[in-house]
Amino acid sequence: MNLRKSLPSFLVCSLFLLSFSANAELSIQITQGSDNPIPIAVVPFSWQGNGVLSEDISQIVMNDLEQVGEFSPLSRSNMLSMPSEEQEVFYSDWRILAQDYLLVGKIDRTPGSQLVQVQYEFFDINREIKLAGEVLTGSVTQLRDIAHEISNVVFEQVTGTRGAFTSEILYVVAEYMNPERTNFRLEKADYDGQRAQILLESVEPIMSPSWSPTGRDVAYVSFETELPRIYIQNIATGDRRQITNYPNLNSSPEWSPDGTKLAMVLSKDGSPDIYVQDLTTNQLIRVTDHPLIDTEPSWTADSKSIIFMSERTGQPQIYQIELGASSFNVERLTYDCFQCLNAKFLPDGVNLVHVRRETRQDPNYQIAVLNIETLRVITLTNTSLDESPSIAPNGSMIMYATKFNGRGVLDAVSIDGAVRFRLPSTQGDVREPAWSPFLN
Amino acid sequence: MTKQSIQTIKMGLMAISLFALVACSSTSDTEESAMDGEASSSSGSSNNGSARTNPGSTSGQLTQEEIRAQNALRQTVFYFDFDIAEFKPADRETLSFHARDLAANSSKRIRLEGHGDERGTREYNLALGERRANSVLNYLIVNGASRSQIEVVSYGEEQPAQAGQSDNAYSRNRRVEVISR
Repeated sequence: MNLRKSLPSFLVCSLFLLSFSANAELSIQITQGSDNPIPIAVVPFSWQGNGVLSEDISQIVMNDLEQVGEFSPLSRSNMLSMPSEEQEVFYSDWRILAQDYLLVGKIDRTPGSQLVQVQYEFFDINREIKLAGEVLTGSVTQLRDIAHEISNVVFEQVTGTRGAFTSEILYVVAEYMNPERTNFRLEKADYDGQRAQILLESVEPIMSPSWSPTGRDVAYVSFETELPRIYIQNIATGDRRQITNYPNLNSSPEWSPDGTKLAMVLSKDGSPDIYVQDLTTNQLIRVTDHPLIDTEPSWTADSKSIIFMSERTGQPQIYQIELGASSFNVERLTYDCFQCLNAKFLPDGVNLVHVRRETRQDPNYQIAVLNIETLRVITLTNTSLDESPSIAPNGSMIMYATKFNGRGVLDAVSIDGAVRFRLPSTQGDVREPAWSPFLN
Repeated sequence: MTKQSIQTIKMGLMAISLFALVACSSTSDTEESAMDGEASSSSGSSNNGSARTNPGSTSGQLTQEEIRAQNALRQTVFYFDFDIAEFKPADRETLSFHARDLAANSSKRIRLEGHGDERGTREYNLALGERRANSVLNYLIVNGASRSQIEVVSYGEEQPAQAGQSDNAYSRNRRVEVISR
């Protein structure tokens, strides 16, 4: 049975408003795949219209599935047949090729409009059943979105986990022009680095992008007044407002999961401490109070507690505090590292992703996960300048910033460490990835 | 009492004893400022010693003290050790001259810009850069500058003086710059 569905119209609007694209397009490289990937055949979708389509939907789906590592897509040249709908599918063709799953589809012009409709069907070869199928309608410029939607369905059907292929990333690019000038850009792109758009450009630093939980707004720090101040910008319209102007440091904005508050770091009272600003009433609440550095706030999923880094015991460690609790009522979460920084919980609320420097003698900063119940630590990276971990909305992967050949790049690693991919930049240093929430 | 205020008092005591020291000493500082001058980018390298290249004084001869003050004020970049927020003891005397210059010129305004190297997280380095700038700020105030003359800002690791991952680049990037406004 086919389900009819069209992509939300706001997508069309945002594509129109932000149609200028960044000149530093990122392209993905898989640096380590899974040991035991699931074989899947993604047949090229047939196209009934005139001319050539700008995007190859089945290729995008293949790339999506390969990047997250659980899948090994079959090469097109090895296919024995190229079905585009259920009647043309012979399970034996795919069983001979040892495939577990099959995706087929076809693309047509919608009669009497500029839209296209994409029909796809997804099969389990071993059980000889159709698992999913629908018709997605959109403009030609939305073919990528449609492809990522299909990847989401395939991923969820096979793994049981919601796919994150329609999610996006924010990041900062610093491009060195000359000794007096570095250009900073806040950019947004698809999770795979495609369709990069510039949200803000400045000759002063831009830092710490944070998504609102709806995915409509971004909070960040800009030095455009020659002082670090926090701004909120609507992604679709570009409308922005400065929301802090406190003396000294204003940094590290982090939206609460319920969208009502912004955690931040202010040093107006002497040293950097964690504060929370209510976005409706603008009321500011002080959360921590310590003469040494407290910074890098992140929220627990219930929006009731904040995780942060403090050097109150001499070196950076991770702590947790409940909003409204006394500033003395702080729980320490990390012990067995020389420095543990920039922590945030995975969606399970038990595994704590963080930046870790193991010992004083070893000045390497790596991404690790601490299970706060078993206290087991898994270090996920083996480079030395890894920072700014950001978690995919389905909790399957972590994107972080590192250095490659002296340049800032974004890498991603699955939470079990098995799969890695890289988004290299063609220009400038790329840093501070922020993975979006689910956007639909 | 906080650690910071204890430190401030310590610095005050140091400053008082330094005044006494400066008043008596006449030679030992030139070597020190030459060392610092070598590392600082903008202050140039021809800053130590020669009174003949400084014909600015209307009364002809500059005193030893005036020469030292001029040299000290040319040093506007102060370097820090890895993970350390306090400026180096060797910079105390130079910073004392900056403080006295501010005290003597109440209309003068400066900005202290704190920076770190790229190791460690960006937010931590932003906070650390502020602590470094504050360490200079507190010393300047204790030595006579007014708080209202000085703006403090940290750039963390966002504006390195030198690109790259070498120890040399890192040591050049951990700094506080004194910018005249």
